[in-house]
Amino acid sequence: MKAEDIIVDALIAASRTLGEETEKLLREKGREEEGNGKVVMDAILSNLDYARSLSIPLCQDTGMLWCWIEVGTEARFDMAKLDKMLDRSAKKAFRKGLFRTSVVSDVMGERKNTGNNMPIIKNYSLTDGSDIVLHFLLKGFGSENCSGVRMLNPTAGREGVVEAVLDVMAKAGAKPCPPVFLGVGVGGTMDKAALISKEAFFIRRKESSLEKEIRERINAQGSGPGGLGGRNTCMRVYLKEECTHIAGLPVAVTVNCWAERKTEVVLKGGYDGEDADSAQ
Amino acid sequence: MEKTLILPSNDWSDIFPGDKVNLTGKLYVGRDQVHRILTEELKKGTLPPFSFEGNAIYYMGPSPAREGCAIGSAGPTTSRRMDPFSPYLLSKGLKIMVGKGPRGEEVVKAIKDFGGLYLQAFGGCGALYSSRILSSRIVAYPFLGPEALLELEVKDFPTVCIIDSRGDVYSPRDLMRDTISS
Repeated sequence: MKAEDIIVDALIAASRTLGEETEKLLREKGREEEGNGKVVMDAILSNLDYARSLSIPLCQDTGMLWCWIEVGTEARFDMAKLDKMLDRSAKKAFRKGLFRTSVVSDVMGERKNTGNNMPIIKNYSLTDGSDIVLHFLLKGFGSENCSGVRMLNPTAGREGVVEAVLDVMAKAGAKPCPPVFLGVGVGGTMDKAALISKEAFFIRRKESSLEKEIRERINAQGSGPGGLGGRNTCMRVYLKEECTHIAGLPVAVTVNCWAERKTEVVLKGGYDGEDADSAQ
Repeated sequence: MEKTLILPSNDWSDIFPGDKVNLTGKLYVGRDQVHRILTEELKKGTLPPFSFEGNAIYYMGPSPAREGCAIGSAGPTTSRRMDPFSPYLLSKGLKIMVGKGPRGEEVVKAIKDFGGLYLQAFGGCGALYSSRILSSRIVAYPFLGPEALLELEVKDFPTVCIIDSRGDVYSPRDLMRDTISS
């Protein structure tokens, strides 16, 4: 299959179904016993089935597409061609997958809909190896509006970081469609912290003790699914750390709704306009 | 309590915070830009494109419909962003609101003053809501694309009451009371 087609299929699938781990987490750990929290959770689980059977997006907000492109130092790489191919694939997926056009230009004035969900957000970085790894988030804005950055004192420490995340969640309340998934970026500069708070969603390791503590302290507040009360306000925290300056401790939190729509595509050997053996 | 509200309606006094409310009937759709335009037009003295009397507004912008279907994915958007406009619209008779998330104090007060109602639909459940929408048509502002003002016919459209006509709010306070009593 061509790289383009693999990306189109992956993006459409991400709009309609959650990743295996995310769905398992919601179905098993997300269970609520009683009250309106259970009503909301039951609706969320049945929504997963409806999206599948109707072949339509899980949520009408199919988001703004966020991409993180990790380029292997040994990979074949033509940035201009890859960039164009990503735009082409995204446009095709939006059209074919019946995505809502949610992107506007003239953002302080007319707010004119661009009509095709373009532009998409792209971030490039280098990594080891000979592949190019594409990470995608379909980032809904009910939750994105609740995201934020806090510039802490360098001495605030681990507790300061936990409190900063709790503060972001306290202000978010029921707005981001809880139970949420949180990406937390700690360190770097203000913008780097924000960037790694999104990269964090692609961490592949078990929950750390700090991530667990943040999740449990959010859940102890009892806000619950839809903010209507229950055990689960936060399903998972992913925390990524970076070096920072002696004078600071930036903390960025990306709030993602329960529909944690993310997908990855690996371009084996890289991409220079010629299609190699692509594999997801 | 599980209740049904047939829309349009002129009496929702038997609905209380925390009640599960299923909507059936006519539901108008408008989000950010519709609220801005409706407010500007009303202030100029122009009549709204649909009668506010007994009707409900749903904060939503759908994804495109598959051929042969009434609508695409169609879940609620965050209500808080409509707060700057809602008290004025309530004063003009648009009393039933459906969205997601909490409202500001000024909206709670306006709901109490004008006997309104605020219901929460389940965020992110666009596919489920799509299955409860029988028809959809554009009433006004088609240039807004996915943000246009729509009229829907819905059946068994699930919501939970957050603010009732008396201005009582389903709140963390209620949640804590539930926890203590159970």
